[in-house]
Amino acid sequence: MNASVDRRTRLFNRTCVGVLIAFAILWLVPLAWAVDTALKPNSETTNPTWAIDNPTLASFGALLAQGDILNWYAASFITSALACAGTVVTASLAAYALSRLRFRFRWLAFWFILVGIMIPSQVLVVPRFRELGAVNLLNTYWAVILPQIPIAIAVFVFKQFFDGIPKDLDEAARIDGAGFLRTYAQIVMPLARPAVSAVAIFAFVWTWNDLLWPLLALSNPEIMTIPVGLATVQGTYGIRYADTMASAVLGALPLVMVFLLFQRRIVEGIAGTGLKG
Amino acid sequence: MASTDTGRQGRPALWFLAPFLVLYVLFIVGPAIYGLVMSFFHTSMVSTGLGEFAGLSNYAEALSSADFWSALWHTVWFTILTTPPLIALALLFALLAERTTRGRWFFRLAFFLPYVLPSAVVALIWIWMYTPELGLLSRAVSAIGLGEPNWLGDPDFAMVSLAITTVWWTLGFNFVLYLAGLAEIPRELHEASAIDGAGPWQQIRLVTVPLLSRTTSLVVVLQVIASLKVFDQMYVMTQGGPNFATRSALQYVFDVGFTDFRSGYAAAASTLFFVVVLAVSAVWLVMTRRQEPEL
Repeated sequence: MNASVDRRTRLFNRTCVGVLIAFAILWLVPLAWAVDTALKPNSETTNPTWAIDNPTLASFGALLAQGDILNWYAASFITSALACAGTVVTASLAAYALSRLRFRFRWLAFWFILVGIMIPSQVLVVPRFRELGAVNLLNTYWAVILPQIPIAIAVFVFKQFFDGIPKDLDEAARIDGAGFLRTYAQIVMPLARPAVSAVAIFAFVWTWNDLLWPLLALSNPEIMTIPVGLATVQGTYGIRYADTMASAVLGALPLVMVFLLFQRRIVEGIAGTGLKG
Repeated sequence: MASTDTGRQGRPALWFLAPFLVLYVLFIVGPAIYGLVMSFFHTSMVSTGLGEFAGLSNYAEALSSADFWSALWHTVWFTILTTPPLIALALLFALLAERTTRGRWFFRLAFFLPYVLPSAVVALIWIWMYTPELGLLSRAVSAIGLGEPNWLGDPDFAMVSLAITTVWWTLGFNFVLYLAGLAEIPRELHEASAIDGAGPWQQIRLVTVPLLSRTTSLVVVLQVIASLKVFDQMYVMTQGGPNFATRSALQYVFDVGFTDFRSGYAAAASTLFFVVVLAVSAVWLVMTRRQEPEL
């Protein structure tokens, strides 16, 4: 009887995997079709076939030669990298204070930052626009970078991680005469590498992918980020489908690379630190 | 000891907290308060200062505006269309993925890769998928003999198309949460139920899914909030059309604030939207509190 149950289970498992593979392929079709279209000449994109008669990189070449997309890459890299570095540094410093230091208003600081998790940044665009307009920062990279730095949830990801690091370690360092800043930089942060990479990857991807705020803050095509640039030119390609798909592929490429390099960390970051905490 | 510690660590604590708190006050708390204040004034985008005091008139106007309610309804309709499939399919795929140890990376790639792409890229790809007659999806539907819907051009169907795109785009996030939830279920439970003679289907129905209820409640609230915040897909794919049929609540704020230049009114609409999101979180908190003792 056991053998028959085993065989039934195995058959069931095989069926499950088969169904899942079918779905996974279905999920990859739009991406594959985008790449496929981008490699056709514009005139052949109306062919319904996957086969490409005259494969060409002409669409990519035209986009890169035209140059806007290179500006957008630069803008996205600069804003995402700086916002990401800013988030990791400021959030981890704040988390260190909340986790390790005793001071009178600790609970107040804790709740004050916790409130920030509840505020969706989308409801802040109108006042932020006036605020940054008043100090003439609209249409600069700073308009995109600065508001992206204070991510409340990042503080809690770090705090949770720091709380799990034995205090003996930094107390030993303190007895040896290390200040708080050195303890933070040389003891706690190196041990918190999983938290650092989870926060860094998410801060980077969030800044890179944000559309609503940079769309408002950046109207100069030379400093637009990739999502803003693509959203703005959307439609201007008309029926040049290969060009449109080439721009989508170029826009996707950096994040595909981030994903392939860090996929385990991204998945662990979602599952472990970020949201269940 | 504790009191001297408090005295000595207060100053370093301030220095550690200061960089974050300064930016946090400047760009989160400050704008939140400023927005709330602004919602009680006839503030205009094109002039400085708060403008004339409006009392509650911005709120009264929003609540009696047909456009505001229809934008809010579109957002709710989008949430209704996206939440059930995004949860059911993510759960299904995670349960299926549980059945194999090989090829995990492939499933993560297929389901999660779209999630990290910018909305604009996703929109461009799906506009092409939906292109009448030429798009892949249009052809596929005609090939199996169904009438081809006017995906993005039909006011009654456009939201469904946006929902399909969104399911494809964001399913990976819920999938990963469910995989993590599944990994926490002790193996012995499955083995015990197998010894009791439960088949795989009974195991899933009677053991696995009930044990995932905490994950499910988290996935549901995160999904509802994420769906309520929808803006990008509509903005890029339909510009809120055809005939405003897909204008979301956030796009309404965007339109009145940045096209009509009515900052005060837009701030009031934002605040009302925030109240909706907050209410969803509050309901979830109350419900999970009640659930907790059983678990």
